[in-house]
Formats: sequence, structure tokens, C-alpha cells
Amino acid sequence: MTAPLLSLRGISKSYGQIRANQAIDLDVPPRSIHAILGENGAGKSTLVKLIYGVEQPDSGTIMWKGAPLSLASPAEARRAGIGMVFQHFSLFETLTVVENIRLVVPGRKADLAERIRTLGRDFGLEVDPFAHVHALSVGERQRVEIIRCLMTNPKLLILDEPTSVLPPQSVEKLFDTLRRLRDGGVSVLFISHKLEEIRAICDHATILRGGRVTGHLDPREHDVHDLARMMIGRDMPEPMPALARSGGDKRLEIIGLDYRPDDPFAVPLSGISLTVRSGEILGIAGISGNGQTELAALISGETELPREQRDRIYMMGKDVGALDAATRRRLGFAFVPEDRLGRGAVPEMSLVLNGLLTAHPLKLLKHGLIDRKNAAAFADECIRRYDVRTPGPETEAGALSGGNLQKFIVGREIMLSPKLLFVAQPTWGVDIGAASAIRRRLVTLRNEGMAILVISEELEELFELCDSIQVLHNGKLSPPLVTRDTRPEEIGRYMIGARSPSGKVLA
Amino acid sequence: MNAIEFILAGMLAAATPFLLAALGELVVERAGVLNLGVEGLMALGAVLAFIVVYHGGGHVMGFVAAGLGGAALSLVFALVVLGFRANQVAAGLAIGILGQGLSALFGKSYESLTVKGLPKLALPWLSDIPVVGGLFVQDVVVWLSLAATLAIWATLAYTKTGLVVRAIGENPKAAHAIGYPVVAVRFAAVAFGGMMAGFAGAYAAVVYTPLWADGMIAGRGWIAIALVVFGTWLTGRIFLGACLFGAVSLMGLAAQATGLDVPSQLLSSLPYLVTIVVLGIISADRRLLKLNGVASLGEPFDR
Repeated sequence: MTAPLLSLRGISKSYGQIRANQAIDLDVPPRSIHAILGENGAGKSTLVKLIYGVEQPDSGTIMWKGAPLSLASPAEARRAGIGMVFQHFSLFETLTVVENIRLVVPGRKADLAERIRTLGRDFGLEVDPFAHVHALSVGERQRVEIIRCLMTNPKLLILDEPTSVLPPQSVEKLFDTLRRLRDGGVSVLFISHKLEEIRAICDHATILRGGRVTGHLDPREHDVHDLARMMIGRDMPEPMPALARSGGDKRLEIIGLDYRPDDPFAVPLSGISLTVRSGEILGIAGISGNGQTELAALISGETELPREQRDRIYMMGKDVGALDAATRRRLGFAFVPEDRLGRGAVPEMSLVLNGLLTAHPLKLLKHGLIDRKNAAAFADECIRRYDVRTPGPETEAGALSGGNLQKFIVGREIMLSPKLLFVAQPTWGVDIGAASAIRRRLVTLRNEGMAILVISEELEELFELCDSIQVLHNGKLSPPLVTRDTRPEEIGRYMIGARSPSGKVLA
Repeated sequence: MNAIEFILAGMLAAATPFLLAALGELVVERAGVLNLGVEGLMALGAVLAFIVVYHGGGHVMGFVAAGLGGAALSLVFALVVLGFRANQVAAGLAIGILGQGLSALFGKSYESLTVKGLPKLALPWLSDIPVVGGLFVQDVVVWLSLAATLAIWATLAYTKTGLVVRAIGENPKAAHAIGYPVVAVRFAAVAFGGMMAGFAGAYAAVVYTPLWADGMIAGRGWIAIALVVFGTWLTGRIFLGACLFGAVSLMGLAAQATGLDVPSQLLSSLPYLVTIVVLGIISADRRLLKLNGVASLGEPFDR
């Protein structure tokens, strides 16, 4: 074996009581794509922060090209030739793409814009250099992040969950990009929880569990079940078989909805029609930024239709278009928004108070005052039933990892036992053990007669969950496609607009 | 000289204290720090400049003293909010009160004394135009302030330094992650803002009304802070806003001169009324605020 490009020995890092990394060893050879696999909280993010110089290890050594390396800041890491694409993007929304890049890469604006276009063409990362970042979709923002990294000519590129926001066609394209980079002499450190992807692209994998390394292996020589077992420490739960469809009553119906938002950066919707019946899960696929946010706000009641637009949105048989979110919830509607911090939960408030936000009808109030005992019991039960990893119900919501907070919010909404449940991105950033638990729970609820609407960017997830799928592209919704008669590639064609939504109607 | 000519001729000079202080505060806020102590920083600058000029140090040294004094006091604010991460609103108010107190203390024995102002410089040709000609007869500080406006606009919009300041104001965590020294840049921005507030106070005390009276800043620091929001953090709009306030604050004098029968209390409250109305109108345009607002304004940076 050639001398490693990057070599870690005995790296440890603690935050107070929590030992995030313990005695980590890791070798990344030159010209390789190396995976770091692990559940949420396994210490992946901490480890890459140490490698990228955002944080400094408590003990252990980092060797870079055979010499010891001690990084005080990310700027030093970049100078050494280490680049990173963050999971939570580190872009500046009010700046343009080229200004964002200029913060990291020296050069004149016009030259940089040209290089952005060239890189975009070469690697399938097209993006308008003069667009403001806040106007870009999540997928486009990721492209900007990757371009920004590539422009510093790194020797090692760290990618944190890079495929979670991409449609299948783009994932293949990204993998091509990564292979080309590897062949050009760049090593890639690829952090993911998607086992199939790791097997498809990585030459080596290091598996983390509870802050320790549990294995170094070649992922191509092991099947998905092996990898999952090493990652979560037990066997993967089998997906739950769905019962046959019963054709229940309509819980949500949208009929020919047109909507033009006030916000100039939002996507207008046109001719949206869908129906969700009891005992059925409908999925909405699509790359984010195609109207998901706008549609979700119209369904949740955050956006109310003007009074003259009647008969567009029905819930439990009632025209709700002009009703507010609280009134819709009283009809038996529950909602898990896409962004957990800010809309799903209040970061500065404890889990007990966050539980109260939507679950107050469950006798958590007494004469309009908070019933501390019941509220704490509710939060406790939610934490226990949905396996939320937290020191306790008094913890601030913002202190939880994204996946754990998501489990709490999904749990809170399910415990309301709604007639109609709407979940946007149910398992975004949630580890596979917990994600599969959330999915099983959704299928159980469906079998018990709940009507469920799911918006997700992850096709695998929609295929596992849904009875039928509709694709949102450019503010228009495809006809419903029955999941078991449809192949992912077909959905993919709708996702990139290669098929017009006015095609044949199934259902 | 009719009222319009009077207002046009005096507008820029009246606007200069607002403009200098607001430009400083613009840079501070763009970096994500809210300094509400502008009024006190201006008061301190004013008294320092007045003392230096009164004892024959000259206007240049007066402005230097005012700038240094403003920067020094604002660094105390920076140490408290950036070093110890104290609440910016409370700390800003405290520094403002401290500045006003120091100003009253230092200025005690200078009450009602006067110094000589600065001569006006006329631009050839332009100053001969009827009606608007008065716009082009101004003292050197006004001309320098206009140059500073252009320089700050260009720096924020086009240079790497400006980009870094804006980036830190929007998302300090991300800026830290890509390797920019958030706290150091914020210190520099706050010091710059303090210096500009000091200049603004100096202009008010030794050029615009070269007479010392305690409390002479009279709320102009607060209007400067409002101007930054009013201008949606854009240099050009802040300049226009400062001119508007300059003009409005002259209207009272103009009305008295022309013998108009309007209560003087109403006229002198005009700038404040205009502030409220314009802030209301600006807040209605959410798109503008979203595009130019400073996301991390007033929040301590904690990595």
C-alpha cells in the first residue's frame, strides 16, 4: 500500500460529558474515495470538523502527506489542500454565487464567473454565477458549495451527506464527477448513511459507532446488511409490508389549484390536483425548489388562499382554503414542516414547551395555564417512544442533533392521532435505524386508516412508503403514478421535466 | 434668498452630522453589530473637538481628537459585546449614556463659548447657477463627507473587504467556518463606526454651529441609527435620507424667516415625525428588507 495522504492516530474529542470521538484511527490513501459511515451522533461530523480545522482534537495526531499537521482554522486546512462541502451549507444568502466564491477564492469577479461556468459544464454543476443564493434551490446551493471547493484545487475533498438533496440522475452525475476527481489525483472523504451509494462509489470505508471505529473495510466486498449491522450494532428492521388499499374516504383533496405568491423569489403553482384517502400514503417527489415550500404552506395553512378562491382545498370534506393553520388542525390535521428549527420547533425552548406547541389539545393546559406535569409526561413519552437521544425533556430543542429533533417532532405530531398527517422530508438527516422506525410507524398508521401525505426528495423513501407518487416540477404536479407499477427512472424523468405533466392519467 | 434657495444651500451642511454618523453605523451593522451608543459617541466627539479647537489646536487636530475619542469609547463597547458577549442593546445604551456624561463633564467650563467655523469653498461655474448654486458652496468637511460616502459605497459593493464585512454580518458561523476572523472584523467595524460618530459630533460642534452647549447633539445620533434602517442598509439611500433630514431640519428656520404662521414646536419635531413615517413605509417592502437586511444583527457570535 502506498503511503497515506491523510492519516489519523488516536484522535479524541470531548464536549463536556459527551465523548464525540474516542481514539479514532483512519488512513486515506491518495486517489481514493473513502467513506465514513455512521448513524447520527456516531461522531462523523465531529471527526470531519477536526480534519478540516474547525475544531481541534483533545489528543491524537493528524499526519498529512507524511508530516504531522496541526490546524488552527479552516483557512489553514484549505491552504494545506483540504476542501469541504458542508451538510448545512455555509453559503451567504444575500450574496450572489460569485460573491460567495470570491470569499474563498482569490480573483476578479468576471474571471471567477467564467471559471464557475466552465466547472459547471465539466462536472454537471450548472448554476448562474450572478444569482442570489437565497433564490436558489437546495440542490443548486449544493452545486455552489462543491464548485467553491473545487476552485481551491484541493488534494482531499470532504463531502458531508452530499447526495441527500439530489435526484437519481444527478447522483450518477456527481459520482462521475467524483471519479474524475479521483483519477485526477484528488482523494474524497465521503460521509453518508446511504449504504448502496457507498458500495457504488467508495474504495474504502471506516465505520463509526458511538464515537469509536467499529471497522475498516472495502464496502464492495460486503452487502448492505453487513454494513448496516456494523453501523447500528444490530440487524436492520425489515420494511413493513403494506396492506392492500381499501379506497377510504377523501381526507385531503386539492382541485385545480393555481397560486401566485407575493414573494418574487417563490415558485408559482398551477393546476395542482391531488387526493389523499384514508388508509393511503401519497408521496410528492421532486427536486426542492420546484414549489414544494409553496405547496406545503398552502396545505398547512401558513398561506391562506384569498376568499374569492373557493373550492380548491378540501380537508375532511370541508373547504379549508381560506382557513388558518390552527383551524385546520382542529379538523384533525397534523403537519411536520421541512425545517425543524424555526417552524417545527422553537430552538430556545425546552422539549416540554415544544411539545406543547401543537399538542396542547391533549389536556396539557389547565384553565389556560400550562399543566407542567402533563406537559412533561407528554414530552417524556414522545422521547421514549420515538427513541429521541437527549439528556431529558428540559433540554433546549436547538441542542438536539437534526435527526433527533426530527424524531421528536414527528413523534409529537403522530401522538396527536390526526386524521390527516402531512410530513415534509420525514427522514432528512435522520440515521437509518431511526429513519426506518419512522417509516414503519407511518405505514402502521396508514394501515390503521390514517391518510398521509409525504413530500420527500429521497426516491427510495417514497418507494418504500407510498401507494402512489406524484412529481412536482416547476410548480406543476404530474398525474399520480401507482408505486408498484412504476420504476424510479420514470419518476426521475418527471423530476427533471423530461416528461410533461399532462401525460396519461392513471389512478 | 427665498426658502427653497435657503434650504438647498444649507441642506448638505445640515445633513453632514447625520450622514457621517449613519455611514459609520452602516458599517457596524453590516458586520452584524448593533451599536445604539451613537448619540453618546457623537457627544464625546463634539466636546473633544471643541476643546482642541478652542485652545488653538486647529480644526484638523480637533477632528483627529474627536475620531480617536469616538473610536476609543466604541472599543469599550466592542470589548463588552464581542469580548464578553453582553447584550448589544443594553451595552449600546450604556455606552451612549456614558458618552453623554463625559461630554457634559468635559464641556462644563466651555458652556456658551464659541470658536471660529470653517470657510466655505465654492465650486467654480456650478456655484453661479441660479437657485441650485448654493448647493456647490460648502466647507471642506462636506466635500470630504461626500467622498467618504462614495468610498464606503464602493468598498461595500465591490471590494473583498466589503464582501467579508457583509458575509460576517449575514452568517458569522459560516464566515468563521471558511476562515474569516469574525470577532476581529467586528472590532474593526465598531471602531470605524465610533470614529465616524466622533467626526459627526466634531462637525456639529466646531463647524456647523461652532458654539458649545451641553446636549447640542440633540437626538441626531438616534436619527442616524434610524437612517441606516430607513436606507435599508444601502449607502445611496442613507445619503438621500440624510439630505432629507438636513432639509427637514432647515424647514423650521425657513418657515420662521418667511414669516409663516406655524408653531415652531411642530416644525422642530418634523425630523422625528418624518422618521416614523418613512420607517413605516420602508417596512412595508419586505423584499427590500430581505435582500439587504443584516441577518445576524445584534446577535452575539458564539462558535
